[in-house]
Amino acid sequence: MGAAMEANAAVLRTEALSVRFGGEVAVDRVSAAFFPGTLTAIVGPNGAGKTTFFNLISGQIRASAGEVWLKDERITPLSVPARARRGLGRAFQLTNLFPGLTVLENIRLAVQAEARRDFRLLSLAADHHDLNARSAELLETVGLNSRAAFPASALSHGDQRKLEVALLLAMRPDVFMFDEPTAGMSVDEVPPVLALIAAIKRARDKVVLLVEHKMDVIRTLADRVIVLHQGRMVADGAPEAVMALPIVQDAYLGRAGGDGV
Amino acid sequence: MRLLSQDRPGHWLLAILLAAILLALAGAPFLLPGTKALAVAARILIFIVLAASYDLLLGYTGIVSFAQTTFFGLGAYGVAIALTGGSGWLALILGAAAGIAVSVALALAMALLSLRVRAIFFSMITLALARFVQVLASEWRGLTGGEDGLTFSVPRLIAPGFHPFAAPILGLRITGPVIAYYLIFAVTLAAFLILLRIVNSPFGRVLQAIRENPFRAEALGYRTIVHRALASVLAAGFAALAGAMMAMQLRYTNPDTTLSFSLMIDILLMVVIGGMGTLYGAALGATVMVMAQYYLQPLLAALAAAAQGIVLLPALLDPERWLLWLGLIFVLVVTFFPAGIAGSLRARANAAARAPRT
Repeated sequence: MGAAMEANAAVLRTEALSVRFGGEVAVDRVSAAFFPGTLTAIVGPNGAGKTTFFNLISGQIRASAGEVWLKDERITPLSVPARARRGLGRAFQLTNLFPGLTVLENIRLAVQAEARRDFRLLSLAADHHDLNARSAELLETVGLNSRAAFPASALSHGDQRKLEVALLLAMRPDVFMFDEPTAGMSVDEVPPVLALIAAIKRARDKVVLLVEHKMDVIRTLADRVIVLHQGRMVADGAPEAVMALPIVQDAYLGRAGGDGV
Repeated sequence: MRLLSQDRPGHWLLAILLAAILLALAGAPFLLPGTKALAVAARILIFIVLAASYDLLLGYTGIVSFAQTTFFGLGAYGVAIALTGGSGWLALILGAAAGIAVSVALALAMALLSLRVRAIFFSMITLALARFVQVLASEWRGLTGGEDGLTFSVPRLIAPGFHPFAAPILGLRITGPVIAYYLIFAVTLAAFLILLRIVNSPFGRVLQAIRENPFRAEALGYRTIVHRALASVLAAGFAALAGAMMAMQLRYTNPDTTLSFSLMIDILLMVVIGGMGTLYGAALGATVMVMAQYYLQPLLAALAAAAQGIVLLPALLDPERWLLWLGLIFVLVVTFFPAGIAGSLRARANAAARAPRT
């Protein structure tokens, strides 16, 4: 595959993407293209800029320099909701839900956003049966149907993570960005979530980005690994090859590998 | 239930309280004859609309604005100015429509200019706007009558001298103010049901999402600035409607009755005491507050008279100290109903409904 062809097929592309906080460069000229059906793991020690890189792509942080392209549209100047509406889906590292609303309402908000029904002022939310059915389906998918009536704040940490994943699924994005989706989950909660991510990848038409510390997760799921170190992309390639690189051994496994596994 | 937008009160006690308020307000002119009782009942109705409109902002969307009385005042002055210059129903309706239109435009401008800034700065801007309009109403004497305000006559059908029937009906002599009362009752009921529909619509759900977590709402693709601006505009429109009813009912309008900051605090307390983000709480809070403002003093006077001779008690129960007792009631409500009366009752009912499944 030639470079030009790759650029055309890429759903998401960053071009020398950089951000500075004060004097510190948090993400430093990262250029990468992401292709459908590919799961890319983004690894690196704490503070390497992984979550900041995600924030630059989904728009929570504005780039100091460089560009983000989504399906051949330059989205760098766009707001967070504008990017989301164009197909960028993001799940958050620190659980980021609507704590006072029920689990069902949380899901329904994501489903409703995808259906673009937010300005129906005089219809009842409860009467949008198609949205309700889809919400129920998604709850079933992540195994939260028995918790539908509970406020999100009452869920266990693991269940909140599942709800976070369900919100992302509800958005039907082209790009799925997972930020340590299984962090803090109990051992038996992890496989179903990983299975969901694997299923998205198998659909072939989605880009999946995954910030992850757990080596076994990377080995089973990733088609490609990008290593960030002090904001810079220091390695990019197939998992086995990247993990064997000396720079990765030093930068990642040597120092921070232990705490995440 | 469809009329209530399937938003049930949720707790038997709340349902009984609301039904009692509805029935009492529906029958007020017959149950409690007299001009004072009628004025208090009308004031409760008007403040139900005003507090409910504020709950849309504060309770559902999480926007803290201090300019709700500004829109209330603009609605009132719309009617007052129109009925000072002209007369009849057309003037009344045009005045109300103008007041609502100006409120909506002002709310939209303010929302688009300042909702992007941090919440605390937005609140300060609304405070400045409220003060500005208050000063404007006091100083622009040619238009507003200054501090004295405007006194005007309303259409004959709702004017005091109007007696459509020779004989009393159910023991009550029907007068213009009674007809005005039922007009206000009908508008309030309709406005409340529309607000109830709005908060239970897909749009209403987005407002709650914005209140709970605006960053997440944006990440889902909601352009929250648009939702918040629309919520501001709706709240301003309903507040102006309440103000128009206030002018129609009082037949005078001045800065004190419509624009004062103490009025703003009253609305805030109504929503907080009743329960933010429930709408029913606004109705409850408005009723409790207005009743306390009008009947706590006479009640204290009666109690003080009964307590004559007991040490300290008559002094404590002096009607002049009614604000002290009102404050005590607030403290008790906030202590025992931290989410407001309606909010706390609902939370209990919801927890009970889930309990067997845990």
